[in-house]
Amino acid sequence: MKIGVFALQGAFVEHEQMLERLGAEWVEIRRRADFSDCFDGVILPGGESTVQGKLLCEEGLLEPLKSVIEGGMPVFGTCAGLILLAKELSNDPNTYLGTMSVSVRRNAYGRQLGSFRCNEPFADMGTIPMVFIRAPFIESVLPQSGVQILAKVNGNIVAAREKNMLATAFHPELTEDLRVHQYFLSMIKAHE
Amino acid sequence: MIVQNERFELNKNLAQMLKGGVIMDVTTPEQAKIAEEAGACAVMALERIPADIRAVGGVARMSDPKMIKGIQNAVSIPVMAKCRIGHIAEARILEAIEIDYIDESEVLSPADDRYHIDKTQFSVPFVCGARDLGEALRRIAEGASMIRTKGEPGTGDVVQAVRHMRAMNAEIRRLVSMREDELYEAAKMLQVPYELVCYVHENGKLPVVNFAAGGVATPADAALMMSLGAEGVFVGSGIFKSGNPAKRARTIVQAVTNYNNPKILAELSEDLGEAMVGINEQEIALLMAERGK
Repeated sequence: MKIGVFALQGAFVEHEQMLERLGAEWVEIRRRADFSDCFDGVILPGGESTVQGKLLCEEGLLEPLKSVIEGGMPVFGTCAGLILLAKELSNDPNTYLGTMSVSVRRNAYGRQLGSFRCNEPFADMGTIPMVFIRAPFIESVLPQSGVQILAKVNGNIVAAREKNMLATAFHPELTEDLRVHQYFLSMIKAHE
Repeated sequence: MIVQNERFELNKNLAQMLKGGVIMDVTTPEQAKIAEEAGACAVMALERIPADIRAVGGVARMSDPKMIKGIQNAVSIPVMAKCRIGHIAEARILEAIEIDYIDESEVLSPADDRYHIDKTQFSVPFVCGARDLGEALRRIAEGASMIRTKGEPGTGDVVQAVRHMRAMNAEIRRLVSMREDELYEAAKMLQVPYELVCYVHENGKLPVVNFAAGGVATPADAALMMSLGAEGVFVGSGIFKSGNPAKRARTIVQAVTNYNNPKILAELSEDLGEAMVGINEQEIALLMAERGK
């Protein structure tokens, strides 16, 4: 199993460490030449969505990535990755990949003083630690989309799945808990 | 001892999100928008960029909170601001306006020539400059959740940032190679807490993110710092003191992502217009890096 980790900007090393612990192979994607459709899955890490979105366009990665996601390749986006995947941003006119049927609010918890950590249930896997850093949340799921809600914190949607797309507003890669990454690897196995 | 509270972890985490990015000095909301548009992962709001602080002289202080708020309202990326070394009240003011990161900075005139701020007492994160591992670990012991090289701000001369990054990493490698019973002496020589020395010995890195700063003026400078082990880059005067700020900013952002690809760097370095003039190390009267050890 080989996973492409987008390494344009942000906390991609942390994802690579999680994959290593789970025994999955990974490669870094920084430019068009690094990208191929032979990955078993891709990860869009946390960081600044404006920077990553801009670099995706400039490096000519946006369209190829969008088409493999639409073709069914499993993708996992955390924080900025969720923003890149969203079809709608409720407080920003820009969208990037626009493949996931959710409306996302950027910086939904305000500035850094609003960043927090909590333990809440995720899917059917029990409670997991969640780290929110200037995080977004999913304000709404677009109608007739079949988006499955995987986690809520204080009534707000913070993790969801639509077919081959998994997205979290929080950062499992900043914790010691491997279960969300395991969940993603099992999505890849099911896809194969 | 290593500060282990939740706030400190969250503050270190924000720095992790900035990795692989470029933090740009801006003095107006318009410049902040240019920086965000160009791909800055954060902006540093200040009244005068270091080159001008150097030119104007006099006491350099925290910026007007109103000006900082203007920048906070103009962009959606994190906004940082500088307070003077040891100026607890300036730091509290910046915390009150919910700044995302405070830079306790040698670029401003120090308010205290002995003590840095006890940063463990704040909820807001701090980044501090360092010339070597000793300074870096002392700042971390005081609660800094991000480190940057001091370099020599406002000069456009990268030599000191290179010196500081190399010094820090050489000392880290030295600690890694030591026997465990030698670490006590190492802590004594570095004048830092033993626990932090142990962390570096075991992990081969600082316990927080480490950026390059001071004198970065070109995409090649940024790539150089990344190849020397910086996890991201601050660009101060280099952008808005150059001929074409938007283009220079954009190319520096791409250079940080592609720092190990000379072909892309060559393309990025083309036709950038006038770089900031710069001052050589030997020509400066005031060494800001000497402030706050």
